[in-house]
Amino acid sequence: MSVQTPSRPKDPAASASAARSGGPLGSVDRAARALLAPTRSGSSPLAVAVVTVLTVAAALGITAGLVAIVGGTPGEVFSSMLDGSVGTPGAFSQTLLEATPLLLVAIGSCISSRAGVFNIGQEGQMLIGASVGAYIGLRTQGPPALVLTLTLVCSALGGALWAAIPAVMRYRRGVDVVVSTLLMIFIAEQLVSFVVSKPWLLQETRVGGQVVAPQSNALAPSFRLPTLGDYPGLTISLGAFLAVGLAIVVAVLLARSRWGFKLRMLGHNPLAARHAGVREATFGGLALVLSGAFSGLAGGVVLTGEVYRLQPGMSDNYGWDGLLVALVARDNPIAAVVTALVFGALRSGGGVLASTGVPAYLIDITQALLVFAFVLPPALLALWRSATDRRRQAAAATSAQAAPSGAGA
Amino acid sequence: MILDDGATILSSAIRLAAPLGFAACGEYLAERAGTMNISIEGMMITGAFTAVATASATGSATLGLLAGAIAGLVIGAVHGNASHRLAVNTFVVGLTLNVLALGATSFFNESMDLTGHQVAQVSIPVLRDIPLIGEPLFVQRWPVYLLLGLIPLTWYLVERTRWGLELRAVGENPQGADVTGIRVNIRRRQALLWCGLFSGLGGAHLAVGAVGSFNDNMTAGRGYLVIAAVIFGAWRLRGTILGVALFGLADAMRLALPAVGVKLNSQLLIAAPYLLALAAMVLVVRRTRQPAALGKPFTRGIV
Repeated sequence: MSVQTPSRPKDPAASASAARSGGPLGSVDRAARALLAPTRSGSSPLAVAVVTVLTVAAALGITAGLVAIVGGTPGEVFSSMLDGSVGTPGAFSQTLLEATPLLLVAIGSCISSRAGVFNIGQEGQMLIGASVGAYIGLRTQGPPALVLTLTLVCSALGGALWAAIPAVMRYRRGVDVVVSTLLMIFIAEQLVSFVVSKPWLLQETRVGGQVVAPQSNALAPSFRLPTLGDYPGLTISLGAFLAVGLAIVVAVLLARSRWGFKLRMLGHNPLAARHAGVREATFGGLALVLSGAFSGLAGGVVLTGEVYRLQPGMSDNYGWDGLLVALVARDNPIAAVVTALVFGALRSGGGVLASTGVPAYLIDITQALLVFAFVLPPALLALWRSATDRRRQAAAATSAQAAPSGAGA
Repeated sequence: MILDDGATILSSAIRLAAPLGFAACGEYLAERAGTMNISIEGMMITGAFTAVATASATGSATLGLLAGAIAGLVIGAVHGNASHRLAVNTFVVGLTLNVLALGATSFFNESMDLTGHQVAQVSIPVLRDIPLIGEPLFVQRWPVYLLLGLIPLTWYLVERTRWGLELRAVGENPQGADVTGIRVNIRRRQALLWCGLFSGLGGAHLAVGAVGSFNDNMTAGRGYLVIAAVIFGAWRLRGTILGVALFGLADAMRLALPAVGVKLNSQLLIAAPYLLALAAMVLVVRRTRQPAALGKPFTRGIV
């Protein structure tokens, strides 16, 4: 990381280190590596994997400790969560249902993070997507397949539009994306509350003297996402296939296409990307809008596959948790498939926690600890490496000082 | 009649704004040092829970207030070390800490039996009888008056001490500050510690001062409101405090207006602070006032 001091050939320690790092070109190589440092983690994948195993073990250990503190048995909690998430076909169906929106949100987060744009407004983009989708699904008549497709597409468009506002604010006025996407979550929440509280918008129609809740009417059964299989057996919603398919498409595009290359270039080094002709506003803005589209689609999938009506609380932290999925998957859409399944299993397993006497909030703690377990290892290794580097340099400096004075005496 | 309603609204505005005020002083400090601290929500909720848990265990709401501040400090220390020592993205750390804090406080709240406690109310004779402003200003829980001291202290720390000068340098130009010998990441960690202390106190005041008990997710996004206040105030303490007061007033009006019979859209009132903060960032060209290195991590060497 530090700038290499020019090595004196007579200096034994420096020449030894030059020899170790590949002759006189060593310092050039080191400088080049320092320049490239932000573009790669620098630690070997094996080291990162080993440390990650340790941190994940620590995270699970802390979770088990918390269970013990409140008087539960970690083993019992683990087995009941396993039962509640993958134990029966019905439980596994629930896991898949919960994992689908998480995965969709995570794919979008991967795209924007790869471009160096940190979108944290997924929760709001989901809600707006679901609102637009609900409007289409409730107000359109036509062949079911067409209306369903239109609902999902318009959900994605809604999320994209909501994310386009921060994108415009960022590239026209320089407003920080993290702040604007964050603040817009709360505006979206109030907007949805408003939409479902006005009869002329989407509030449910009063039947007789019934009290109307702040929610929309339910979608017609034919306009909902079809599922394979029947309850209580394994049921898989079409949304799950859609999400996995999109994960593969995005992974291939990011890794293999020219567009993906430019996007990653922008994320690694905006300066170099600008010199190579990548337009920051176009690519960064598009990444943010796409991320919003995926969140909006997640909202549409929750609407058409799980809740069936627009409710202010329908996003149910899917947006926040999907962002965490992307963090654990280290912005890799394929890894996000697996991570979303794990987080989905945690969510559906959390539903049965109450029967063991352990508060279901344990799930949130576990998820947050897992994020730290996956985010910290590269940073820990980098800190350790720079500490060893510094020690080595200090040792070289003292021996370099000692050598001439020793010769003089 | 109008005076009575006015006094009630003002009174509750001050009550609602005070927890934000503590946290805003902290967030202001952190942002001037260049950390866009979003874990403030986590600091507040942890402070709130710890305050009630401590007060419940010791029977003293004042001890609870102190414990809440220390709990916030701990979150600040974790955040500071993770993002300004380990160099993990500060937003990732903040976001995860928020999820962790919200989950952990609700988890322990459900498995513990807490009794509510509330700090003493100050009521200044004679002055409290002034119409309209008497009751709002002179009948409040005592930490509100502590806040009156903290605001000038924050100003003095940032604007009039060497430490504050270095803090601002670190937020504006970390490379330059580093060259002059300021330990950039240490200053940023210190600012986060102050932020944790003040935000923890803000959360604690919400719990054992304003409300008197703890509910799951009782901060309900107040931390994000504080971030909006700092932006609305264009990274100046005066503007930030004005933002906090305005947001408190909007909240008080939302609660009080239906009783008075005035119809105003409550969704719009809740969303107003966020809209104002966004508008402040977009319309008023104050970007030059934003600390130049806000949210950017610092590593020594080639940038």
